[in-house]
Amino acid sequence: MLRPSASSDIRNDIRSTELLVQLLNPDGDRVPDPEFDHWVADVTGEQLRSLYEDMLVVRRIDTEATALQRQGELGLWPPLLGQEAAQIGSARALRADDFVFSSYRENAVAYCRGVQMGQLLAVWRGTALSGWNPFDVGMATPAVIIGAQTLHATGYALGCLQDGVDSVAVAYFGDGATSEGDVSEAMVFAASFQAPVVFFCQNNQWAISEPVALQAHRSIADRAPGFGIPSLRVDGNDVLAVMAATRIALDRARSGGGPTFIEAVTYRMGPHTTSDDPTRYRDPAELERWAAKDPISRLRAYLEHEGLLTEEFEASVKAKTDDVARELRAACLALDPPHALSVFDNVYTSAHSVLERQKSQYAAYLAMFEEVAE
Amino acid sequence: MTTTAATPTELTLGKALNAGLRRAVAEDDRVVLLGEDIGKLGGVFRVTDGLLDDFGPRRIVDTPLAESGIIGTAIGLAFRGFRPVCEIQFDGFIYPGFDQIVAQVAKLHYRTGGAVTMPITIRVPFGGGIGAVEHHSESPEAYFAHTAGLRVVSCSNPQDAYDLIRLAIASDDPVLFFEPKRRYWAKGPVDQALANPLPLESARVVREGTDVTLVTYGPLVMTALDAAIAASDDGVSIEVIDLRSLSPIDHATIEESVRKTGRLVVTHEAAQSGGLGAEITASVTERCFDFLEAAPARVTGFDVPYPAASLEDHFLPDLDRILDAVDRVLGRRNSLTGWSAAK
Ligand SMILES: Cc1ncc(C[n+]2csc(CCOP(=O)(O)OP(=O)(O)O)c2C)c(N)n1
Ligand SMILES: [Mg+2]
Repeated sequence: MLRPSASSDIRNDIRSTELLVQLLNPDGDRVPDPEFDHWVADVTGEQLRSLYEDMLVVRRIDTEATALQRQGELGLWPPLLGQEAAQIGSARALRADDFVFSSYRENAVAYCRGVQMGQLLAVWRGTALSGWNPFDVGMATPAVIIGAQTLHATGYALGCLQDGVDSVAVAYFGDGATSEGDVSEAMVFAASFQAPVVFFCQNNQWAISEPVALQAHRSIADRAPGFGIPSLRVDGNDVLAVMAATRIALDRARSGGGPTFIEAVTYRMGPHTTSDDPTRYRDPAELERWAAKDPISRLRAYLEHEGLLTEEFEASVKAKTDDVARELRAACLALDPPHALSVFDNVYTSAHSVLERQKSQYAAYLAMFEEVAE
Repeated sequence: MTTTAATPTELTLGKALNAGLRRAVAEDDRVVLLGEDIGKLGGVFRVTDGLLDDFGPRRIVDTPLAESGIIGTAIGLAFRGFRPVCEIQFDGFIYPGFDQIVAQVAKLHYRTGGAVTMPITIRVPFGGGIGAVEHHSESPEAYFAHTAGLRVVSCSNPQDAYDLIRLAIASDDPVLFFEPKRRYWAKGPVDQALANPLPLESARVVREGTDVTLVTYGPLVMTALDAAIAASDDGVSIEVIDLRSLSPIDHATIEESVRKTGRLVVTHEAAQSGGLGAEITASVTERCFDFLEAAPARVTGFDVPYPAASLEDHFLPDLDRILDAVDRVLGRRNSLTGWSAAK
């Protein structure tokens, strides 16, 4: 069925099926899988605990940011509630020299890449169009234009190929994004040039109010093989399965095997953004069904079975999440609006005569008000 | 005396659009609405609210998430005799559909020697001022006004919203329909039984004046009216023109006004270079040069990408910037008094 080998002459060896790869079931039982187990065999108890802590931290970031939005400190926030395992499991499999091209919901990925709290919030507070320098953390700032970043990842991967390095580009995008032409074009380019890129699709079942069935008549993972790209369909709420799948894809990419497509099947438990009202279009029973498959409670149960969930550990996680929440809030309030004339900065790399004139005239305009005030 | 005319009802601009769309769908079974989240959700601005319930999923179509797909399939539907009304969720998301609009929709009538018509309406919430994240506040109208084969309109008040959306749908030409998103909640009277609404191509003088002609459209019409009121306190009489149609521009109405006032200010949110303000000031200069008392002035967004929300007040033309330009065309002291490019 699934062959995680990575020889370059194997094309569509990893076949998507309707079957989900799952290593931890919703009750937190470890489900043995002879083909995937060895990809996470090295994950120690300490690492499991660390993944658990990561997931709780990003859930706390989400809760806190939502509260900040409600309090008027942020203009908007796109919660990732329910998608913690998909993001943490994949992002923690990456190397520092890999490069991520994401959409707006990948705040847990950004956290894993080392993005600081204030940087995470800047665009949502409206103080910047980019929260961080992409080259500092190996992650481009989010693409709001749906699907565009899949091509950027493919191009970055082609550059890695040309430079003879084994770094990998990873594109994160949603189920809705798969309908955009850019995503299909990205797959064509990636397959043609065997680019070392991982297409990581979080199928959270919804694109704002549109169910995934409107975007894809069959499973999303089924689409990639038609482009010549092997694909995997994993339980996106199972951090171990996600990590295994990502490692397989990364290994293929690093060893000349070309692109891989991963569909992480998960669920957007919150609204699309803080502006959205899902009660208009979604059955609350659906949310309940998915809540029973929560990514954090299943890892928690597993830790418990393994005797890893000590009181001391839980206390340390609690302390950590509290710290992060405090840090997030303080960082948010410290984000001040940039000065007026910065509106003209960085449009071009060197002086542009027309813009210089506009800037000079606007400076004169602002100065007029200062004169009045004096 | 009895009257059959309905008394105007007070509606928001968004609700007026909803009413206009509803009537168009009800009156012509070839009208179909296409867009992302326009069904159950009723659109992110609720402009299509309730239409799915009343007309069903064959008329009110939630499409897959692809703008090129929306416009491209609308073209096919038009070939088949439908009148598609496409919603682009936000201004900044029109670009994946740009190719289908400028290379296909705009040209099909011309290149088929008139055999094919494209009665497609493309609705676009546009403009800033709502504190949004990037790609949600843009004013891309000039790209389309620059494209032969497209009609381009923008509404500024509920009555025009109601009338213009129906006229746009009834037009056999493709129409880019720009909706001022920050004015969706602005209220005004709407007479749904108006026998002769102002035609699609006509501008409207929304306030008469004698000293300065102030031309604008969409979201800034309200701002321009506020500026005119402020100026009148100062003894300056501003005539405000709401363009309504951005292609074609109703030059006759502007010209008539400028012949009277001798002074012109144009304002829009879109960037200055190559914008509609350039087209209008150039045309006025050509057509009524001898009547001008001062060089026309433009008050526009700067030639920069739409900035982060906390800077948008610096980017957007507002009452003060408009009045500063009014001072300039009146030869009064203004921000550029003593300014020189060398500084
Ligand atoms: C080109 C483009 N069209 C439309 C939108 C508006 N929009 C923002 S998010 C979204 C849904 C995206 O769904 P999906 O790809 O599944 O990602 P998710 O939000 O579920 O993470 C839409 C339609 C956009 N941002 N860009
Ligand atoms: Mg989705």
